[in-house]
Amino acid sequence: MTLTAPSGAAGPGAAAASAGRGRKNRLIRPARTGGSQQRLGPVYLAITPFFALFGVFVLVPVVFSIWLSFQKYSVLGGIGGSEFVGLRNFEFLVQDATFRRAIVNSLLIWVLGTFPMLAMALVVAAMINSVTKLKSFYRLAYFLPNVTSIVAVTLFFGALFSEQFGLINQALAGLGLSGVPWLTDPWAMKVVVATLITWQWCGYNAILYLAGMQAIPGEVYEAAALDGAGPVRQFWSVTLPLLRPVILFTTVISTITTLQTFTEPQVLFGSNTAVNPNSGGPGQGALTMVLYFYQQAFNNNDYGYGAAIAMGVFAVVLVFVVINFRLARTGDDR
Amino acid sequence: MAAPTLPGPEAAAGAAAPAPKRRPSGAARRRSLLPHLVLWVGVLAALFPFYWSVVMATNTTRDIFSTPPKLVPGTHLLENISNVFARIDFFGALANTAVVAVVTTALVLTLDSLAAFAFAKFEFPGRRVLFGLLLLLFMLPAQLSLIPQFLIMRELGWIGQLQALVVPALANAFGVFWMRQYMSTSVPDEVLDASRLDGCGFFRQWWHVAVPTARPGLAFLAIYTFVASWNDYVWPLIVLVNPQVQTLQTSLAQLNVSFGTDYSMVMAGALMAIIPIMVAFLFLSRWFVADGTAGAVK
Repeated sequence: MTLTAPSGAAGPGAAAASAGRGRKNRLIRPARTGGSQQRLGPVYLAITPFFALFGVFVLVPVVFSIWLSFQKYSVLGGIGGSEFVGLRNFEFLVQDATFRRAIVNSLLIWVLGTFPMLAMALVVAAMINSVTKLKSFYRLAYFLPNVTSIVAVTLFFGALFSEQFGLINQALAGLGLSGVPWLTDPWAMKVVVATLITWQWCGYNAILYLAGMQAIPGEVYEAAALDGAGPVRQFWSVTLPLLRPVILFTTVISTITTLQTFTEPQVLFGSNTAVNPNSGGPGQGALTMVLYFYQQAFNNNDYGYGAAIAMGVFAVVLVFVVINFRLARTGDDR
Repeated sequence: MAAPTLPGPEAAAGAAAPAPKRRPSGAARRRSLLPHLVLWVGVLAALFPFYWSVVMATNTTRDIFSTPPKLVPGTHLLENISNVFARIDFFGALANTAVVAVVTTALVLTLDSLAAFAFAKFEFPGRRVLFGLLLLLFMLPAQLSLIPQFLIMRELGWIGQLQALVVPALANAFGVFWMRQYMSTSVPDEVLDASRLDGCGFFRQWWHVAVPTARPGLAFLAIYTFVASWNDYVWPLIVLVNPQVQTLQTSLAQLNVSFGTDYSMVMAGALMAIIPIMVAFLFLSRWFVADGTAGAVK
């Protein structure tokens, strides 16, 4: 899930900042008279290194990528040897059964890996918010999975879910149940990836919810308690509605990152397509959109088609983010 | 990694001062055991994989896969570790990862805080357009630029070299966005005015006023950047084509691909790869959770 810069940190911080937007943030103008005049040269000098790098490594690549998606790019010929093919990459993309499978896989992983995780995060946050002791410990313990590298986490879970000898199947056997083919069954594979995501991101989202809950003034709860609302009722009628912005934020961020899941299936199932056409696991059951992109672009060196896939991924993510916002708005009308 | 945003005033103060009593009744006290119970189930779930990886890394693969499996740490840790050292250049990868993470973090802090200071406190022609452009591209998914970035690296002859990891990571729009938000509220205009009256130019205002007052925000950006760099997998996987030059993440994955059946050895490697970052996080988190809030939430 590392393909997007996890902008989570911008969340409540950004919210706090925009809440302060009404407050005047005075900017220093170069034209001001008097001894405190600010020269413009140094200001531009200060932003130049960043924007130079930003231009070369972000702005140019994005434009270049759009151009590439209309090209048949040959590795040997380089940029000069590429050939304009119009919409052919996109025509192929919409008919590509493998890409369609990757979309379905990504959506299933998104559903399995996002919504139970966010629900659990809410519960955890509410619980941490309600206790007075061990608060810092809980925050730390729940946050720890998130700083662990995805590769290491994937290896941990790969061993836990190992089919013949993994602890989980051994435990099932101990209970007299038959083991689950975690790493070969198309559904079980998605459950494993979703479990990984849940484990790594539940605490992170819980911490965000906790920050939101702590910002709710105590008087609101006191008023609710005076009206006879118990803790559960308070959670549904006070906490949840007031938490709406944070919930929307976490849903959008989780949607964006989960739909772009790459590392987990790559480490668990991603062998080079050149040697193994089944890459993405047996039956390509864990072939996600970004894993497919990676294989086409960097295993097969098909840069033109890879760029088209990247645009396709972006379109799919955009559609679901818009759906998130729509749903949030219909909630508002109620 | 949102630690600085976590904070809530309570959290910052909670450690030192006794938390204010919300519900004074005695019934509430009995009820308050339930949350702890639920939370401990979650804590065990969060920490169990770590425990299990320690169990695996300290036993032999045969022991953990026996029936019934070994459930407690064993005595084979050193053996597993030396197997890791025999299979991959662990210290080479560790050094590469550390150098890349340190250099990237130092440069991101410098470049981003400079640009952020300009955006936060100064009016200049093009300010809005440039910042809008930054936000727009920040929202685009990374894979849109991966292929061209790779081609640019190839043109520069950086494929397989560490600067291919550092330099593109400096174009980090998040850092500028975050530091701008932070500085616009935390750096006091009055002090800037005073320093200008004393004849300080832009860079001295940045160094003597903005950087010291925005230190908690910078601390967060430092940890965020360092962790992201340390744990990055996709980009090193693409550009580090030379097997001699790898990071911890790519060599771990390689270890798994080539010797994946020796789970104990792979787990020993995975543990060693996460320990430095865990120690750094545990060491820094209290300080920065407590501090980060003070400035951010006005």
